[in-house]
Amino acid sequence: MSNPPDIPSGELETPTRVGDDTVPVSDRVIKELWLSGTEAPGIMERFTSEGAQEMRLDEEGAVLAEQMGTLVVDDFEVDALTSDEERQILNVGPQHPATHGVLRLQLELEGEVIRRCKPVIGYLHTGMEQTAEVLTYMQGPTNVTRMDYLSPFFNELCFSLAVERLMGIDIPPRAQAIRILMTELNRISSHQLWLATGGMDVGAVSMMIYGWRERESVLAFFEQTTGLRMNHNYIRPGGVAADLPDGWEGTVGALLETLPKGIDEYDALLTENPIFLDRTQGIGVLTPEECLAYGVTGPMLRASGVDFDLRRAFPYSGIEQYDFDVPLGKHGDVYDRYLVRMEEMRQSLRIVRQVLETMPSGDYRTEDRKVTPPPRARIDQSMEALIHHFKLFTEGFKVPPGAVYEAVESPRGELGMYLVSNGSAKPWRLHVRGPSFASVQALPVMLSDGLIGDAIAALASADPVLGDVDR
Amino acid sequence: MARQATPSNFLVATLDKAVAWARTHSMWPASFGLACCAMEMMATGGAHNDLSRFGMEVFRGSPRQADLMIVAGRVSQKMAPVLRQVYDQMAEPKWVISMGACASTGGMFNNYALVQGVDQVVPVDVYVPGCPPGPQSLMHGILTLHDKVRAEAATR
Amino acid sequence: MIHEMVQRVADAVPGSQLEESYGQAQVRVPTERLAEAATAARDAGFLMFVDLCAVDYLHRSPRFEVVAVLLSLDPPVRVRLVAGADADAPVVPSLTSVYPGANFYEREAYDLFGVRFEGHPDLTRILLPDDWEGHPLRKDTPVGAVPVQFKDAREVT
Repeated sequence: MSNPPDIPSGELETPTRVGDDTVPVSDRVIKELWLSGTEAPGIMERFTSEGAQEMRLDEEGAVLAEQMGTLVVDDFEVDALTSDEERQILNVGPQHPATHGVLRLQLELEGEVIRRCKPVIGYLHTGMEQTAEVLTYMQGPTNVTRMDYLSPFFNELCFSLAVERLMGIDIPPRAQAIRILMTELNRISSHQLWLATGGMDVGAVSMMIYGWRERESVLAFFEQTTGLRMNHNYIRPGGVAADLPDGWEGTVGALLETLPKGIDEYDALLTENPIFLDRTQGIGVLTPEECLAYGVTGPMLRASGVDFDLRRAFPYSGIEQYDFDVPLGKHGDVYDRYLVRMEEMRQSLRIVRQVLETMPSGDYRTEDRKVTPPPRARIDQSMEALIHHFKLFTEGFKVPPGAVYEAVESPRGELGMYLVSNGSAKPWRLHVRGPSFASVQALPVMLSDGLIGDAIAALASADPVLGDVDR
Repeated sequence: MARQATPSNFLVATLDKAVAWARTHSMWPASFGLACCAMEMMATGGAHNDLSRFGMEVFRGSPRQADLMIVAGRVSQKMAPVLRQVYDQMAEPKWVISMGACASTGGMFNNYALVQGVDQVVPVDVYVPGCPPGPQSLMHGILTLHDKVRAEAATR
Repeated sequence: MIHEMVQRVADAVPGSQLEESYGQAQVRVPTERLAEAATAARDAGFLMFVDLCAVDYLHRSPRFEVVAVLLSLDPPVRVRLVAGADADAPVVPSLTSVYPGANFYEREAYDLFGVRFEGHPDLTRILLPDDWEGHPLRKDTPVGAVPVQFKDAREVT
């Protein structure tokens, strides 16, 4: 790591260059690479080495302390007598079957023990926060829904809640109940995918098949309701895009029959499995202080024993009327996170059952005409309705100026959005606080002094979604 | 000496067909799942929409052992050289499917951060539209690629 | 309705202003006192670091604003600390000595906006390639959109 360059006053500092200064790295000509069609390692190294994000073997001491976290008291001392030859740097990713996306981990290994870890992110950076400034508020959910692509409803819900807080509009109870139904089912489908991929990472390959099997039935319901299996753009400011389809009670009832059986099957496969226990107990431990310092929330925080759930602390969308428990762990290791997520799935099913039984009738979106387009039938009859519809979908509705921070409890933790409006139809600034960003930041703390195999298990338990991290 | 022009290379026609048959029936994909499309790619490999009936459920971690690269997801500027490096490491014959709108054209993200279409970096054989394309769309893309491979000569 | 924990933070930092809008509390602190305010917040009970971001208000002085969101778990209260940064050389004290979790967030704000954080152990680019020039989320940077060419339209050069 190089020191940050001194700031010359009033100038943008020049970016740090690394390696061979005779080749300007910024002249990145992809077409030349294409035509050359060879893998000259020298060229590739210049293009794929991360410059100031490289690890150098002679770093230690202060850097190690920084990675350990200033609040952590750790018994491990850097042994200055360890010769450099015993340590090597291993690069995991960005293209790797077990990194849950395009995450790159630089590991400094001593044998098989990880002494230092440096996550390098940004391989999925999509500039979504800038795209949000270009799209109207009506189009906003299409953009944010692709950030945390495993729990798209939560992104949309957070965005809609932020906009609704700025506009001060009330959402009818049926819309709120539909939102809770979809988000809790999304929590289940996200945890199932986590189980599938996490199980496969530690070696339970059949978990992959089981997890996807149940997830398909949940996605089928999503497709029935929203039109899409993923990235739905269903929860919009003002309510939801369309009412639940006819016969939804039957479909959800069937889900409530098959999903618990699936969860019991995962339980039977993994919970008492001695290999699984060996691979997950005592691995990747995060103490409550570390979680708080790094901003780690969600199942990881609760597995460390801290009783904090945004659904209880800052309830949203009427969730306080449903009965559910918040599972807590004790040790903060991978196994506790597994148990917490399994129980969360059961509790989400409980909420879904209550929503099914108590779904109120009424509007699925607010009557406030500033936000909601008129019903489609009226467009044929009334000129005003046609113009209104047109203006809403082209220009968009204007939101009063101000700034709000709104957060929901996504399957990975606190998903927050800081929305700044300047009174126009497009956001001035949308910053998304992704829960996986904090989890990835806490990775060095979790992985240090562990084995590489444990690193994979710990990384899987952090459930990072790189769309959330990089946006 | 001029080569004799035969209407079709009848000596190797059957060999061509045999090689194409072998290639299409066990085309192993390299795992290059990037974003949301990767979820649908994994779902295509799952039990409902089963890729293994085409011999393709083994997603190889190492590009050396893979024939097909399904670029599933948005390719950022930082990832583009990595994409090229992985493509170069694959052995011939190799094919590329660009899955999804972001990989094909940059998708809805027409901004500074993404490569607007992965064909700026690697040569693409089949483009699969969708955001994300469902498992059936991806399968259709894969089967289209199989048709394309069968129509190609064996000397590729 | 301002919670008394938030009031304690505002009282502990001289020169700060307590603001409330849309039911949420925000403490605007002088730029040089940002780390001090974060320490005061941590002592008042805001144990969890949640978020840090930068905002570019183009034609305003100060041009940039750094917003830190902090959370107290019990009682559940959120507070925002807001500090301004100038247009020419935006520098703000780093919060990493108070909350280690601010590390990546500050790197991101530096990467996308060019706001420097004094005292940060490793202020380098995090999301963009290391040799990227410029700070794309600033309002005076263009989106970088590529003109879309349609098959039957005239060539756009």
